[in-house]
Amino acid sequence: MAVIPWKPAGEMTHITKNTTRVDAVPKVTGKAEFSYDVLPKDALIGLFVTSPYPNCTAVTVDTAAAEALPGVKAVWTDEGKVCRMAGEFVAAVAAETRDIARDAVRRVRVEWERYPFVVKAEDARQPNSAQVHGATRPNVNRAADDEAGDVDAAFESAAAVVDGTYSTQVQTHTSLESHGMTCRWDDAGENLRVWASTQGVFSVRGELAGALEMPESSVVVTTDYMGGGFGSKFGAGVEGIVCARLARDAGRAVKLLLTREQEQTNSGNRPSSVQHIRAAADAEGRVTAFDMEAHGTGGYSQGAGFPAPYIYGVFGDPPSIPNRRIVRDDVYINAGNARAMRAPGHPQASFGMEATMDELAYALDIDPVDLRVLNDPNETRQAQYRDAAKRIGWSRRNAEPGADAGPVKTGFGIGAARWGGGGGGTRATVEIHSDGSAVVKCGTQDLGTGTRTVVAAVAAEQLGLAVEDITPLIGDTRFPPSGGSGGSTTCASVAPAIKVTADAALATLFGRVAPALDAQADNLEAVDRTIRRIDDPSKSLAWADACALLGAEPISETEQHDGSLSSRGTAGVCSVELTVDEETGDVRIQKVVSVQEAGLVIDKLTLESQLIGAVIQGISYALHEDRVMDRLLGHQVNANMEFYKISGAMDIPEIEPVVWMAEESLSRGVIGIGEPPVIPVAAAIGNAVRNATGARVAGLPITPRRVLEALEREGRAQG
Amino acid sequence: MPEHESTPDDTRADLEEEQADAREPDEDGAASGMSRRSFIKGVGGTAVATAAMSGATETDAAEASDGPDGVRVANITLSINGEAHAVSRVEPRTTLLDVLRNRLEYTGAKPVCERASCGACSVLLDGKPVYACSILAMDAEGHEIVTVEGLLDGDSLHPVQEAFVEEDALMCGFCTPGFVVSVAALVAENDDPTLDEVKKALSGNLCRCGTYTRVFAAAQTAARRVREGT
Ligand code: FES
Ligand code: FES
Repeated sequence: MAVIPWKPAGEMTHITKNTTRVDAVPKVTGKAEFSYDVLPKDALIGLFVTSPYPNCTAVTVDTAAAEALPGVKAVWTDEGKVCRMAGEFVAAVAAETRDIARDAVRRVRVEWERYPFVVKAEDARQPNSAQVHGATRPNVNRAADDEAGDVDAAFESAAAVVDGTYSTQVQTHTSLESHGMTCRWDDAGENLRVWASTQGVFSVRGELAGALEMPESSVVVTTDYMGGGFGSKFGAGVEGIVCARLARDAGRAVKLLLTREQEQTNSGNRPSSVQHIRAAADAEGRVTAFDMEAHGTGGYSQGAGFPAPYIYGVFGDPPSIPNRRIVRDDVYINAGNARAMRAPGHPQASFGMEATMDELAYALDIDPVDLRVLNDPNETRQAQYRDAAKRIGWSRRNAEPGADAGPVKTGFGIGAARWGGGGGGTRATVEIHSDGSAVVKCGTQDLGTGTRTVVAAVAAEQLGLAVEDITPLIGDTRFPPSGGSGGSTTCASVAPAIKVTADAALATLFGRVAPALDAQADNLEAVDRTIRRIDDPSKSLAWADACALLGAEPISETEQHDGSLSSRGTAGVCSVELTVDEETGDVRIQKVVSVQEAGLVIDKLTLESQLIGAVIQGISYALHEDRVMDRLLGHQVNANMEFYKISGAMDIPEIEPVVWMAEESLSRGVIGIGEPPVIPVAAAIGNAVRNATGARVAGLPITPRRVLEALEREGRAQG
Repeated sequence: MPEHESTPDDTRADLEEEQADAREPDEDGAASGMSRRSFIKGVGGTAVATAAMSGATETDAAEASDGPDGVRVANITLSINGEAHAVSRVEPRTTLLDVLRNRLEYTGAKPVCERASCGACSVLLDGKPVYACSILAMDAEGHEIVTVEGLLDGDSLHPVQEAFVEEDALMCGFCTPGFVVSVAALVAENDDPTLDEVKKALSGNLCRCGTYTRVFAAAQTAARRVREGT
């Protein structure tokens, strides 16, 4: 059957409108069963033994004393494990209770061989630094070395040249539900049943089957509800594989979730960056050259890359910034590895580039909004800059920084986002039963973004039903496959697959009930819980009566995503108003506007929640978060939630989420936007601080101390 | 040169001592940990009580017996959502959160930080929001505990739960039970809170997905419903 395009937005009943989150009630009543809540009968609790040293080998691991403890049922060891960070997993125990498991962990005796270590990127770059990987691999590795055009000539002929060093910190995902799972072997050890906290039930299944050398069809992974991942939860991980092994050895179900400390140190982070950027522009403000020397750390073996020059230099052929030189190093340190984190690389890139753009604007005396419109060929964003500026009250902005009277200064800032996204690789099944029930099955998962709601809303739209008429079943590898929820691809993968499948099921239903309406199947439509003739709407059957005709033969159709219904590439802009108290350095965000294109919007309500959430994470990144490593001991000082500070209620300003509903955008098909709105928030805040005070706080997080230091450098310190 | 060490228990202990202020205390110490955040909250109006509760427990000493590792264990009875639950062989170090989730079937309260800094484990104890991760199960005996599950009135949602659904004041939902409990405590005390009062009341709860503004809206909607009796 040929794929039918989406209806025009104006004819939609649910899509583009607000649909209440379909799983909100279980979530507010405590009935939603998260992976962390699953506790099969007789399940044991697993806990890890971790390395206390930042660079060491677990030469021998002796679990005899732990195993002798009553209630300990299984152990796992990784003797000979080379640990490049403090907190690496070297052994694990499974015991009757968590208390016993803790006692057992303390009884595991490990003989360690210790090596010199380094936990700060600036130290690791020194010639005499301790080496993270001994003699096998250097600490500093060139990751990019590109040059195009004639950079030096462009700087010589420029109307304005700016120069700055911008830095961003390591940010940890800090998902509230930690990584891990519950595993149970069924059927005499033939089959493995898993409840995982994951962004990809199929990727967990694949990794477990591979590690345990068993067929994928013998592993079932379920994720009904999961408490946040933000890019860090795709695989089974060591924790998953160890959990399955402990369960097999104990002959009992095992539940193994990371402790908060382990979650903070071992489950990924956004790498740091230090970006020394020089840029040049002509008299009109067109950026002509970009020259960057950068480095960053993604832990002991991961890269720290980011796209540069960001937004204003990536388009066209030749690119809109013709002269560019980029040199970038990855620096290894003895600390936790990076993982994908909400728009990997982009917030870092944005922080350096948007600051550079504003400095050019000041140097040339051009309004920062005009400068961006001039340098960004994306027409949607050109309109969004104006819209975001208007909504934040840009006309109140002082062109002259720090011009307000008194110590509390108001500032405005702006920044932009781009993202690819796109969809594919998803199948779904739609069943229509004689009792009128409509069941949709799809092996995607809901991270809190609203995927379950999207599934129900699309099916309801296509079947002419109410959202509550649909039973959406997701989060299980027994359903038709869908990809991991990453790269903002979920909605664009899932919504089209549901639509195509629902259309197919409806066509089958039309075929079955057409005789009762004395019509051809292609003369029927489904509207308002009714199947009716298009040529004569008075000839109709209530949905329930139509389904009753199915008798003992329900409809079940399985179809897949079609690329004509989704799209990739999206535009967004963020604007900020804030105040800075020059006496205390305190930054108070007053308002943030987040304007985001999303193609065909499926559920406006949960999409707006995504924008709000991204803005809040962006504020948190800009002002609060920072992984702090202890130089002497090599540990993370703040592997917890009181000293690794994420934004709390008192930090939250007014937030205006603006879903871009322009007809040209809605007609593009579905585009996922989980990631892009987080990108420009910190950059816009940094620019607003600069506008408020005249001082550039060039490093994240923008703490009161950094604000005061920046003011002092400008000779503007108070008191 | 790498150095060899062969008495890991001792070196671990030494190391931990060296780092006493740099690393989190052993998890067993969680019950006595009082964070700055919770302290700040503790001096506010709708405070979450985090310090271990004083006063004798009502544990019957005669029921205490030896547990693993020679620890004295006891049989206790907890009143949860109006129902009495007997819990046998509870260790002194066992938290209320552990008992709720792993010994009984109340999994609404979530373990996140397990040291009184995030509020995901919030329950009502004699009507006041407390962090269940930081209260010993034995100390909870003799008090009325209400979990997020207990806010339901039969099948009907509590006005706070209703407002959370309407305002979409949740995303992944892992923090949500804690926020619902905190807001329920707030509106029971103040049915016309200002935005600032709402923020203060929620300053002991953390959400990583970033639902705060919608939670604020839900709190004010719920308060209005309670106020107007609708
Ligand atoms: S889990 Fe109790 S306060 Fe965080
Ligand atoms: S909704 Fe996910 S942590 Fe709050």
